[in-house]
Amino acid sequence: MESLTSPTVTQRDQLLVEQQVFSLFKTFYNMPPSSQSFMLELQRENHVEYLTNGLKQLGPSFCVLDANRPWICYWILHSIALMDEFVDPELEDNTIDFLSRCEDPNGGYGGGPGQASKFGILSLLTSNMPHLATTYAAVNSLVTLGGDKALSSVNRMHDGGEIDVRACYTAISVASLLNILDDKLVQNVGNYILRCFKVGSHSSFSSTTVLSEHVGKESVSCGLKIFKNAKRDQNLVGHFVSVTGSIAHILNCQTYEGGISGEPGSEAHGGYTFCGLATMILINEVDRLDLSSLIDWVVFRQGVEGGFQGRTNKLVDGCYSFWQGGIFALIKRLNSTKGERSIPLGDGEDSDPESPRTTASSDATEEGLNKDLSQDDSHSQKDHHDTSSRVNVADIGHNSSKGHAKVNPLFNSLALQQYILLCSQDLNGGLRDKPGKSRDHYHTCYCLSGLSVCQRSWLEDEDAPPLPHAVLGPYSNLLEPIHPLYNVVLDRYQEAHEFYTSS
Amino acid sequence: MDYFRAIYKADERSPRALRLTRRAIHLNPGNYTVWHFRRLVLEALNTDLDEELDFIQRIANSNSKNYQLWHHRRWVIERLGSNARAKELHLIKSILSLDVKNYHAWSHRQWVLQALGGWEDELDYCQQLLEQDIFNNSAWNQRYFVVTRSPFLGGLIAVRASEVRYSVEAIVANPNNECPWRYLRGLYKDDIESLVNDREISSVCLKPSQEFRDAVVALWTSDTHPLDADLATAICDILEHVDSLRASYWIWRKNKLPIAA
Repeated sequence: MESLTSPTVTQRDQLLVEQQVFSLFKTFYNMPPSSQSFMLELQRENHVEYLTNGLKQLGPSFCVLDANRPWICYWILHSIALMDEFVDPELEDNTIDFLSRCEDPNGGYGGGPGQASKFGILSLLTSNMPHLATTYAAVNSLVTLGGDKALSSVNRMHDGGEIDVRACYTAISVASLLNILDDKLVQNVGNYILRCFKVGSHSSFSSTTVLSEHVGKESVSCGLKIFKNAKRDQNLVGHFVSVTGSIAHILNCQTYEGGISGEPGSEAHGGYTFCGLATMILINEVDRLDLSSLIDWVVFRQGVEGGFQGRTNKLVDGCYSFWQGGIFALIKRLNSTKGERSIPLGDGEDSDPESPRTTASSDATEEGLNKDLSQDDSHSQKDHHDTSSRVNVADIGHNSSKGHAKVNPLFNSLALQQYILLCSQDLNGGLRDKPGKSRDHYHTCYCLSGLSVCQRSWLEDEDAPPLPHAVLGPYSNLLEPIHPLYNVVLDRYQEAHEFYTSS
Repeated sequence: MDYFRAIYKADERSPRALRLTRRAIHLNPGNYTVWHFRRLVLEALNTDLDEELDFIQRIANSNSKNYQLWHHRRWVIERLGSNARAKELHLIKSILSLDVKNYHAWSHRQWVLQALGGWEDELDYCQQLLEQDIFNNSAWNQRYFVVTRSPFLGGLIAVRASEVRYSVEAIVANPNNECPWRYLRGLYKDDIESLVNDREISSVCLKPSQEFRDAVVALWTSDTHPLDADLATAICDILEHVDSLRASYWIWRKNKLPIAA
């Protein structure tokens, strides 16, 4: 039924990737079991070595990403934390010092020492200094390092009264982490962004849509849009807003496809969809999104390779293991917290696990599809949990302990783990976009984050240990759980949460 | 770089400073502080912004995914106004001819259309890109942008019938192409009822006929239990097996179906 004309560029590129991935899977299936388990093993030591070397080299040699060194810090530190490793104390001290030097006296973080220091508020109106994205990266880095020195080195910007935190995911995420998210801040962020908009600081960053609460007496309804880029080689996040009384306009970033775009009218994209959804959850407005069309869009981003693509008919890329995979972690939380009965939930017992295979080798097809991933357990759906109307922001991800309560992930977790381990992993250390590409810290971070999400995708509570069959390859592949809203390791989140709640 | 830092610190807005930012940008186009300072200097010196566009272009040739660059470009175009429109749209075309799914380029193009106009030829442009590659979702997305927002087409309702025809043809030619399916649903966004009742659509993909039901039943290969009498449930059951990658999703969808009468 295919059209008989010659393949288009999209078809040709896709075919090339499929051939490469499938031949890799074929080689894998033809190996003896011992080699197979080696191939599926997460090469922790090599990854840690690659990452630690990267952290040591965060000196002046980084050129193109000079302005983004806090990002590299975060990617590396978070990756190391996911593997439950630590950096040695001296390196840790150096990193904290480095990040402190990036901090602007007025709050926020710039890209490198000295970059943030000059214009203060004025420059924020026309540019992004200190860069919102960088602030997010720096705060996440320090939270990931943990400990009093790191956590207390953040000058929480809310104190000054004037707003330094701008817009959406990065702003809201930072504020929420630092326990300074309140109605006033949301309002201030809104007003701040309103001014940015009027000044014409139309940023070309990617964005997501968000809607602030109706705050204060004036019921200022404003839309915050953040931008978060899912690509490795840039300044990851920016911000920008459009303001209107119309919710419809604000939600225009959710496209006709169901995913969320950078700006109204642009194409639905994994990175923006994650950020948009996370932000909407953080400010308690997630109900305004069309979640079923969002879910419908994101489930179709997982391709025959097992990994995710960022947009319709684009190529698979390991980094979307988190941007798209993380969406499922957020949705899982929403459903379990809200008690929606739409996702079939398990019966809360350890028994009767779904039937994912312990290794991928047994009966998968050549394409590496997991035929028997799950069986119909529609009998088991039921109303769990209280049906409180709103998600409790601070508690999402660490609310309650439901033990081994089991949910069925709406994506194929084992297929994704297989893609990450076999296609994205560089056995010499580091992870990558796809076979044939080189490793880098960005992909290492988001492939590992995605892997962590996968391993706990059957659990209702990220804090509980997953069952062996949920972890593809040896159980030693198990990574630390993350808090899906912030993408920091869960216990580091909890430490920071306590620290900032009590101080 | 040290010279730049010094001049930046002194806030010197001079031709010399402009030259220094140029050097610094060549060294590292990702440094947003330099870009920002350059704008301040450009403003102070009242520089010819056409030249600035040429400068951006030279940088863009090797950095088409640089955020600062696109941001800077909007800043310049905003000041040049509609005189810059034709040249700008043409330039974006040439960038897209090398990388037809470049997200920044598409965002910038939409921004130019909205800020300066130039909608007249945009549908033809989408058409041309889709003829080259009907699987190009960025072109489908742009098509949706144009049919919903162009002041020349009268809005979505006015073009709906012809757009439905166009996407149905694309679906028939390549049923496994996700783009036109999503586009088709987008044409009836928030109005599923009308989508179901659109004869152009139902005649091709939603025939509520015995023939359609038979075709669905024929896909059911399991002997262990018979296919559910409810068509929607049956389709979810089939998809759960045919589309095993998304088996959990189809189970979930099945459970969300309204209870059949």
